[in-house]
Amino acid sequence: MINVVYVIAAALFIFGLKMLGSPDSAKRGNLLSSVGMLIAVLATLFDQQILSYTWIVVCVIIGSGIGAYAARTVQMTGMPEMVALFNGSGGIASLLVGWAALYHADISAFVAFTVLLSIVIGGVTFTGSLIAWGKLSEKMPSKAIVFNSQRLVNGALIAAILILGIMFCNNPSVSSPVLILIILLSLAFGIMAVIPIGGADMPVVISLLNSYSGLAACAAGFAIDNNILIVAGALVGSAGIILTNIMCKAMNRSLGHVLFSGFSAVKQSTKVIEGEVKPISVDDAYLILEAAGNVMFVPGYGMAVAQAQHAVRELGELLEKNGCEVSYAIHPVAGRMPGHMNVLLAEANVSYDQLIEMDDANPRMDMVDVAIVIGANDVVNPAANEDDTSPIYGMPVIEVPRARTVFVLKRSMAAGFSGVDNPLFFGENTRMIFGDAKATITGLVAEFKG
Amino acid sequence: MDAIYLLFILMLSIFLGFEIISKVPATLHTPLMSGANAISGITLVGAVTSAGAELGGTATFLGALAVIFATVNVVGGYMVTDRMLGMFRKKPAGAAK
Repeated sequence: MINVVYVIAAALFIFGLKMLGSPDSAKRGNLLSSVGMLIAVLATLFDQQILSYTWIVVCVIIGSGIGAYAARTVQMTGMPEMVALFNGSGGIASLLVGWAALYHADISAFVAFTVLLSIVIGGVTFTGSLIAWGKLSEKMPSKAIVFNSQRLVNGALIAAILILGIMFCNNPSVSSPVLILIILLSLAFGIMAVIPIGGADMPVVISLLNSYSGLAACAAGFAIDNNILIVAGALVGSAGIILTNIMCKAMNRSLGHVLFSGFSAVKQSTKVIEGEVKPISVDDAYLILEAAGNVMFVPGYGMAVAQAQHAVRELGELLEKNGCEVSYAIHPVAGRMPGHMNVLLAEANVSYDQLIEMDDANPRMDMVDVAIVIGANDVVNPAANEDDTSPIYGMPVIEVPRARTVFVLKRSMAAGFSGVDNPLFFGENTRMIFGDAKATITGLVAEFKG
Repeated sequence: MDAIYLLFILMLSIFLGFEIISKVPATLHTPLMSGANAISGITLVGAVTSAGAELGGTATFLGALAVIFATVNVVGGYMVTDRMLGMFRKKPAGAAK
């Protein structure tokens, strides 16, 4: 009986995810998937295996309270941190479920192995997500943390988990000290795996941890012999893997390179950039914009930091009123998680059909009068196309130099998160507008109004 | 036999997941991620089983803790996804002003 309900729940998850594929149906899709979750949980509650409800009710109320509060109060700019924390709590929950499964009578070697998997993946997801959260919220340095024997330490950790794992599978027992050791090592490995990854690579890490949280649930499903956990966990696992893959492609790097690049020194470009920086005032920028017939905004993480998205939308509307065509070109890895910029601009009421992907933006570039780069750096760096000694050579970028004029809104001349110089700033048709992005945009808006 | 049957489910679900999700446009990647994240809170079902099955003090405690974390994941994940998706509009509501 309960399995029938699980089948329905699984179908709802699948439909829900499918509907998340289009902005029109996405909200209903999410609702559908939450209904699936609700009936799966309710069916489990009414299953005869449950003997005591007190703890469950108390814990569900506590958990819902925390989740609902967090979901309501989080700022859209803080979304990557939030998702990291949710990933982490999913991970630790799977670890605990796997652990508790050991209290069932007679554990076969297969069950022991799946318990082991859910504990290791869950543990890595938990601490890995916490570190990702720390880096994203700047509670700890977002730079890659690298030390000399890092590779050795990580290798030793993996070897230890493997050996202890084999010992545990041969003799599975809850009271085994091996179990506690495995849990601790998994937690340690989660920390070690994420600290060498730098801030700009966070979209990859978040996607990967998302995938892990699904895989952990999947492993827990094997441990307790529950098929809905396996189906749902596998769906999430593959979603995360796809996103990870997209992010890696957008940076022209392999997953291995992202995860382990902190271990090897970043090679520096040998090319000397020629040309000079040409600053421009807000007044002059206004005159150029007023005459423009086609403007493309290229936002990056800096727009999120400056909270400039609302001002940007206002400027976009004024430009449209002025008879100008406005679009927003979004690089897949702009920001700190996949689709981060899209959510910020959606929050600011930008219509989603104005948000275009890199592959659509580049062919249009020759028709663009002004490309406005807001707080983006590496994703518009022409060195990725031209300079084969550059560390980011080969990464697909938004080719703003082909626009008639490029405005770069920037706080100072500092390099991007990858620490790579950007020849764009020295380009013939580039004009730099220094200062806080929000203040600059607000200034432009004021010029248009007055 | 049971393990083989579960592995079958696993394999089919992975293929299905790849099929569905590779069609999601970049604009919706953040909601997709948080929505998928909420689904990974399905481990709540397992947590509920552990917490309520009276397997002894420690197991109940572990299960109860798992219930808390999993509900944070489920409730928070769905609500935040819903909030985000509510912001995706075709005609900007502010444009009329």
